[in-house]
Amino acid sequence: MVQTLDMLPETPSQTAGPYVHIGCIPTFAGVEGVYPEDLGRSPVQTGAKGQIITVRGLVLDGTGWAMRDAMLESWQPDAAGLFPGQPGCDPNVSGFCRFAADKTSGEFTLRTVKPGAVRNRDGVLQAPHISLWIVARGINTGLQTRIYFEDEDNGSDPLLLRIEQRPRAETLIARKTAQAEYRFDVRLQGAGETVFLDI
Amino acid sequence: MTDLKPLLPRQRRLHPVACDPDYKTSITRSPQLPLLSLESTPSEETGPRFGHGHIGALDNNLILNFSQGSAPAVGERIRVHGRVLDEHGRPVPQTLVEIWQANAGGRYRHIKDTYFAPLDPNFGGCGRTLTGDDGYYEFLTIRPGAYPWPNRVNDWRPMHIHFSVFGHSFGQRLITQMYFEGDPLIDRCPIAATIKDRSQLDRLVAPLDMQNSRSMDYLAYKFDIVLRGHRQSMFENRPEGM
Repeated sequence: MVQTLDMLPETPSQTAGPYVHIGCIPTFAGVEGVYPEDLGRSPVQTGAKGQIITVRGLVLDGTGWAMRDAMLESWQPDAAGLFPGQPGCDPNVSGFCRFAADKTSGEFTLRTVKPGAVRNRDGVLQAPHISLWIVARGINTGLQTRIYFEDEDNGSDPLLLRIEQRPRAETLIARKTAQAEYRFDVRLQGAGETVFLDI
Repeated sequence: MTDLKPLLPRQRRLHPVACDPDYKTSITRSPQLPLLSLESTPSEETGPRFGHGHIGALDNNLILNFSQGSAPAVGERIRVHGRVLDEHGRPVPQTLVEIWQANAGGRYRHIKDTYFAPLDPNFGGCGRTLTGDDGYYEFLTIRPGAYPWPNRVNDWRPMHIHFSVFGHSFGQRLITQMYFEGDPLIDRCPIAATIKDRSQLDRLVAPLDMQNSRSMDYLAYKFDIVLRGHRQSMFENRPEGM
């Protein structure tokens, strides 16, 4: 017998279910008064440096139906590309946001500061992006993806360059719809399926 | 923050399958194309931190937190406790653990839950806490009821508590469910059955822990959680190709 590897396996995921809001954004579920306010209500405070932008979109299932029960989380650096806790980071950027598909229309809204570019471990500059994590009933393991921006230089981003079928890279790029406004729809399967990440 | 380490790759075979015909909603909500696999970057290695300023004194007491201490929730009183560890077996300190659950009758306090079991006026169903320096956490709550759900004609969820855990890296993010030792509905649940490795499903079943229960007060259940680890090596940050 060889030695054993002293590693623990990761706890398996389970779906967040239809009532994820109770635990993560209780006021959305109608649970009031337990916490002073929902965690991650906004990734920015007044005074954040950089451009405030709004990203709106839908999370569409394989039939093209906009899901009304999805919960999303985003994580990003400040306008200079520094994450909270890094030296010199913007104290008015927490970088983390929780938001939900609207109960009636399914549309989500993320209001934040446009992130700066961040280098990866090899020193290669990644194009500005927001990390996105999506959970819902029927999603057994939370889905990771990224929001890039069509008005940034995405041509040498190492992640986007790894996508073999070039048109699929477009699924990660938010479209500019107006000044400081972007559109980012997520398609869980079928035509135009969003690129999801194992990262 | 200055010594970011790559995350260990997620071992997907240990996790549920994305699409399982017996869990009907998963059929149209599962990606069908391969995930794009890459080594983590600072975007996944950093993550939000939450401090004690975010946590109220009753936040981890679901028996009392909805009434803010004025009246206890109905149900079998239980303490749920354990440690958050990484794949190396090291504690994950000061990390946020959130839970949510149905009440003792199997009803959620949620605008979308229409099951006719009654709401408990003193039970909200959410709680949160930070792990200690040893990765330890605990909650006081009531045992949630099993409940029927629309899937096949007569499917029931076993008693379960939903867990959301952060770790210190956004790529460690995990949502899962804790089940209770001895519940016969676990083996009949299509959601539990999305995990195909039985030993992995067993890791979601919390054993009764009499030694940590309290006489004339509560039973205890132990539930440890393992998050993705980080690669530990001196061979990092070398120029490409060296």
